[in-house]
Amino acid sequence: MSTAAASDSDWKLPSPRKTGVICLLIAETALFSIFVVAYIYYIGRELNPPFPSEVLKLPILATICLLSSSGTIVMAEGALKKGAINGFRLWWGATIFLALVFLLFTAFEWRELIVEDGLYISTNVFGTTFYSLVGLHATHVVIGSLLLLSVLIFSFAGKLQKQHHEHVEMVSWYWHFVDAVWIVVFLVVYIIGR
Amino acid sequence: MGEHASTATYRDVEPTVITRPGAEPGSRTRIFQDLVFTVDHKKLGLMYIGAGLIFFVVAGLMAAMIRMQLAIPNNTFLEPEVFNRFFTMHGTAMVFFVGMPIITGMANYLVPLMIGARDMAFPRLNAFGFWIFLFGALLMYFSYLGAPGLYGAGSAPDVGWFAYSPLTAQAFSRGHSTDYWILSLLLTGIGSITAAINIIATTFCFRCKGMTLGKMPLFVWLMIVVAFLILIALSPLSACQIMLLLDRFLGANFFDTQQGGSAVLWQHFFWIFGHPEVYILILPGFAVASEIIPVFSRKPIFGYPVMVAASVMIAFLSLGVWAHHMFAVGMTSMGNTFFATSTLLVAVPTGIKIFNWLGTMWGGQLRFEVPMLFCLAFLFQFLIAGLTGVMLAIAPFDWQLSDSYFVVAHFHYVLIGGLLFTIFAAVYYWYPKAFGRMLDKRMGLLHFWIFMIGFHLTFFPQHISGMLGMPRRYYTYDAGRGWDTWNLMSSIGVIFQAIGLSFFVFNLIWSYFKGAKAGDDPWDAWTLEWATSSPPAEYNFEKAPEVKSRRPLWDLKHPDDPDWKHE
Repeated sequence: MSTAAASDSDWKLPSPRKTGVICLLIAETALFSIFVVAYIYYIGRELNPPFPSEVLKLPILATICLLSSSGTIVMAEGALKKGAINGFRLWWGATIFLALVFLLFTAFEWRELIVEDGLYISTNVFGTTFYSLVGLHATHVVIGSLLLLSVLIFSFAGKLQKQHHEHVEMVSWYWHFVDAVWIVVFLVVYIIGR
Repeated sequence: MGEHASTATYRDVEPTVITRPGAEPGSRTRIFQDLVFTVDHKKLGLMYIGAGLIFFVVAGLMAAMIRMQLAIPNNTFLEPEVFNRFFTMHGTAMVFFVGMPIITGMANYLVPLMIGARDMAFPRLNAFGFWIFLFGALLMYFSYLGAPGLYGAGSAPDVGWFAYSPLTAQAFSRGHSTDYWILSLLLTGIGSITAAINIIATTFCFRCKGMTLGKMPLFVWLMIVVAFLILIALSPLSACQIMLLLDRFLGANFFDTQQGGSAVLWQHFFWIFGHPEVYILILPGFAVASEIIPVFSRKPIFGYPVMVAASVMIAFLSLGVWAHHMFAVGMTSMGNTFFATSTLLVAVPTGIKIFNWLGTMWGGQLRFEVPMLFCLAFLFQFLIAGLTGVMLAIAPFDWQLSDSYFVVAHFHYVLIGGLLFTIFAAVYYWYPKAFGRMLDKRMGLLHFWIFMIGFHLTFFPQHISGMLGMPRRYYTYDAGRGWDTWNLMSSIGVIFQAIGLSFFVFNLIWSYFKGAKAGDDPWDAWTLEWATSSPPAEYNFEKAPEVKSRRPLWDLKHPDDPDWKHE
């Protein structure tokens, strides 16, 4: 897919892979913005309980897990660039583990909200916006975890080499994006909205 | 036609045929395989445009029937329910299944050729985008069969193309027609976003040597701007479709006012997509005009950097004008003032563009070929559209005319007088490149004049019937309100448009077999797509081109006085 010009040393163009992923993340940002705006718009507009201040708890541990996974994925990338494939597997596996722990926390949070507090998506606008925004983010975490997992499978199959570091970097960009969105969700849902 | 100057530099070798496994070349199975399995940007581009033209005929027939119903007062040609379905399907289809794919198709076909690349950055993503678009579009038409569902309720969406809440709530829209509408737009939205990603990655990463951003053809520049707008605007559409799905299927309360939800929020979210969408549709029109007007004026484009800046400015401003669709909803005077002002500001860069096109023609040797005629008509018609746009931007004026036929006339002047006319110009201009044969000029002239007369006859009277108070989307009206004559004129105009279009369609088919051979460069043009064969080989260029100025073919044809000495 490379043109002859791309091989020329004095004619440098950006990497299509990176450009494509940046474009995707711009589109994703626009998608999340609408859900975040909807959440902010509906803060305090629910007509009936449960209210966020009664039922929401700060997901401190989950947040620590997700944010630190951004660190472990950077470590994994560094290991791959050095060609330390075992180090890569270790840090990459740690990232997946942290992502799964985060999802587990979300699962328990939702179980409590649904079973004990009786908050459904149809209960009030708080339920509507909460489940859709946090759910949309969690969907992204699930998709990210599947991506991470497939890279790990490739590495154990021996298909992942040092020269694939840019492919891996793209997965990590997506993962950083998911983390950054969580910071916004955390602030809007659990700090401002509570 | 101008001289066929030698463009040998990019064509040292005769095109070779690439053989691939599959059915016998030339057989029907093989043609089918080529269409379904292809990842070639030119084939996909033509498939996008072809699909767009087919949906154009379908949506156009619906519009014709709407006009038949409205030709005389108290008409009973269409049932009210059918009328609602027709204007919904007409609007949705014209925006999403006609405008968007034709634009994507043009970008697909032309951008790689114009920047001297061999294909789009992500060819398989490109094919995915086309097929998901086609599936989405067919899904909406399938609603005629599938939507009644268990309720036996209405088939086909009938909520209008912007589907205001609470019309879309489960209580008011039984059956599945609205669900088909939602899913269809979600899918075509995904298709558009993949196309946008591809356009941006292609232009940024696959330009041939020497083609800096400042040397790209304006067409490519405008397509980048359009692609960024798609990224930013189409995702909010997907977001509000997801919300609507949650409302309809899981009982969420986004737009349910009885539960504290807000119907106005839907309007905001929809128009945050909807207004940039208008510019997504019209900027490609500008892109075409910016290529054709210079070539047929025999002058380089006037004010290239200003044209780029004005396009970026239009795109930027278009993100902050959405609520001018909602003046009649009742906003604060602060909100009204903000959105009126930002909307008026759009007139500034747009005016700059019109003056630059005029400046390009000023003192040029104008050649009144069919593509140029369509571009000239575009200039006048788009000016009228812009002027009524400025009128509607004044909030108190809009209170009077919101949802009247004046608005219908305004946006049809934008979308037909602006976009469709430039699409026709583009087809007459680039058809020789895509098929190697010229479109017949006499039929082209008949198409141009008859269609133009029909267009004005249909839509100009709607300004007046609108000002006389005729609301849009009413399936009939009483006699004696002063609307009769204007409506009859509108409906007669449709006949002219249909005759003009049939010349166009016939020309497309006839010229494919019988048209004069075009050669590589029939218009004596300056951009890279004319440097390769017509139609181009699958790999576009035998040898990667290298450019030094904005008009690489001028440089080749005039080695004694190349552009790069002056730029």
